[in-house]
Amino acid sequence: MRITGHPVLQFSRGKKIKFYFEGEEIEGYAGETIAAALHAAGVKDYHYSPKLNRPRGFFCAIGNCSSCLMEVDGQPNVRVCTEQVSEGMKVRRQHNKGVLKP
Amino acid sequence: MTLIKSGVPSRDELSTVIPPRQKLEKGPVVVVECFQEIPCNPCETACKQEAIRVPNINDIPIVDHELCNGCSLCISKCPGLAIFVIDETYSPNEALVKIPYEFLPLPEEGDIVTALDREGKVLGDARVLKVQDGKYQDRTAVISITVAKDFSMEVRNIKVRG
Amino acid sequence: MKNREIAVIGGGPAGLTAALYASRMGAEVTLLERHSIAGGQLVKQTHKFFGSQKQYAATRGIDIPQYLLEEIERQGVEILLDANVLGYYTEDGVLGYEKDKKFHVLKPERIIVGTGATENVLPFANNDLPGIYGAGAVQTLMNEYGIVPGNKALMVGAGNIGLIISYQLMQAGVEVKEIIVRGPIIRGYGVHASKVRRMGVPINTCCTVKSAHGSTCLEKVTTINLTENREPIPGTEREVDVDLLCISTGLSPLTELLWQAGCQMEYVAELGGHVPLRDKNMRTSQESIFVAGDASGIEEASMAMVEGMLAGLCAARDFGYDDGMFNELHYDAIMQLNELRSGEDSEKIRKGLKECLVKEVIR
Repeated sequence: MRITGHPVLQFSRGKKIKFYFEGEEIEGYAGETIAAALHAAGVKDYHYSPKLNRPRGFFCAIGNCSSCLMEVDGQPNVRVCTEQVSEGMKVRRQHNKGVLKP
Repeated sequence: MTLIKSGVPSRDELSTVIPPRQKLEKGPVVVVECFQEIPCNPCETACKQEAIRVPNINDIPIVDHELCNGCSLCISKCPGLAIFVIDETYSPNEALVKIPYEFLPLPEEGDIVTALDREGKVLGDARVLKVQDGKYQDRTAVISITVAKDFSMEVRNIKVRG
Repeated sequence: MKNREIAVIGGGPAGLTAALYASRMGAEVTLLERHSIAGGQLVKQTHKFFGSQKQYAATRGIDIPQYLLEEIERQGVEILLDANVLGYYTEDGVLGYEKDKKFHVLKPERIIVGTGATENVLPFANNDLPGIYGAGAVQTLMNEYGIVPGNKALMVGAGNIGLIISYQLMQAGVEVKEIIVRGPIIRGYGVHASKVRRMGVPINTCCTVKSAHGSTCLEKVTTINLTENREPIPGTEREVDVDLLCISTGLSPLTELLWQAGCQMEYVAELGGHVPLRDKNMRTSQESIFVAGDASGIEEASMAMVEGMLAGLCAARDFGYDDGMFNELHYDAIMQLNELRSGEDSEKIRKGLKECLVKEVIR
C-alpha cells in the first residue's frame, strides 16, 4: 500500500510505469525501486533459498545484505531494493543460485 | 517506575519540572519535561523571555518560571516534543493545555477529542480551542485543548475521533 | 587516468560536510554516492534534530541535505550519483567505481571515507522470513518511497533508532503493538520513549524474540523474557500477532574500503565494531586517508557533520589550501565535538574513542 497522507512528508510520484511480475502486470512509479513497487502490491517474498526452499525478502533496503535478490529481465541476483523499475521490465522470483549471462 | 525503565517519568522526576503553585495560579506557564543530559538547546534559542537557559549544551534546561509568559514559541522547537504550556486560570473548572502534535488527521477547532495521559491511557474528553500549524511550527502542530483542571498535569496527548 | 585532489566517498552528513569544507578552502573535490540522491540517512530522518544551531538543531533531517548541496554545488564540487565505489588499490592509489553499468577509475591524492554503517541482525529461529526487516530499512520504505511496510508491527530495540522509527511507523498509519528491549533499561533518549508511550505503545524491558512464524511471510512472533543477565526464562513465552518485525539492535561501521586500504583497525565495542585508528583530525594510519561519520564509530548525525568538517578542512590543508579561516574553523570543530561529547550520555563514546584515537602525526 502506498502512503497518501503524511504529517511531515509529501510524496510526489513520477510517471506511472507498467512492469511484469511472474507474468502479471503490476504498476509502479518512475523513481521507485522494484522492491518498493512489489511491496505496494503486497508481494514480500522475492526468492526461495536454493537448498531449503525458504522464502526470502527485503532486509536492509540499501544494497548491503543480498536478501532481496530476484531475476530481472532474465538476469539473476539483482538487488531489487536498489534497482529502479522501468517500463516493461520482467521480474520473477528466483529459486536457485542463478547463472550470470556472459 | 522511572523514565529510563519505562519511558514515563516518575512522580519524583516530574516534581523537578512542575512550576510552583503560585505561578500556575497567575497564568499560562511552560512545563519542560526534559530530564536527561543530552546535547540539545533549541528551547533556549526559541525563548525570547530568556526563561529557558541551557548554559552548557548538555545541561538539563534550567527554567525560570517567573520569567515565562506562556507565549508557547518553544513548544514546536523542542525536537523531543517534551514541552507543554499549562494555563490553570482558563476558567474556574478548566485548564488550557497546549501540546505538540505530529499526526494526521489534525483536529479542527471546536472538536471534542479524547485526552490521553503519559501512558496513552484515557483521561476523559477535551475540547480543541486552537490548532497552530503554520510555517513557524514546521509541521509540529501546537494544539490548545481545554480539560478538567485536575488533568492539567496529566494530559499530554490526544486521540482525534473519526 | 583521471586525477583528483580529494575524493569523498559517501554523500551522507559526513561526506557532504567534508566536501563542503574542503572545497571552501579551495580544493578540487569529487563526491561519490552510490544512491540516486545525496543525503545518506538524512533523506529519511523526518524528525527534528537535537544538538545546537550549528548542527541544525530543530531542523528536520530531510531538510538538511539541500542546504549542504546548494553550497557544494556553488563551490564546484563534482558530484557523482549512482556511483558505487568498489575498491581502493593501494599499489597505485587508484579508486574504482561502478556507474552506468561501467567500471571507472579515479586517482585521488586524498580520500575521505564517509561510508556510514549497516544494521545488525538478531539471531532467532526463522529470522529470515519476509516481513522481518532492519528498522532503518522500514524507514527507507516509508519515508523515501512512501510505502506502508506492514499493518501491525513489533519493534525490537529501544535505542534512538528503535524509538524514533516506532513513532514514524505510527505517523505512517501502522499499529505498533509493542517495543521490546533485551536489557533492563531504555537506551534511547527519554523524550523519544515518552513520545511513544503517550501513544499507548508499551515498552517491555528484559524481553527478546525467541522465534518468528509464517509460511511465505511473517504472521506471528514468539517473545521470551530475559533475566537481567540476558538469559531466557523458560515458560515466559508470549505470542504477538504482527506482520512486521523491525530489528533495531545496533549498527556496525561499513569499513571494507579502510581494510582494503591497509588502515590499522581496532575492535571497539563502544563504537559498534571494527573502526580505524585515527588522529584528532580524522586522519587514519594511512596518511592519504581520512574517515568521518559512522564509518569511524557509531554516533549521531551531528557528530558525523562535525567530523566531516574536520576531515574536509585537514585534507584540503595537506595541499596548502586555506582561505584564511582554517585555524578558526578547525578550532571551532574540535570545540563542537568536545562539547557534544561531554555529557553523561556520551561516556560510552568517550571510552571507545580512547581506544582508537592516536596522537597526530606531525608532518
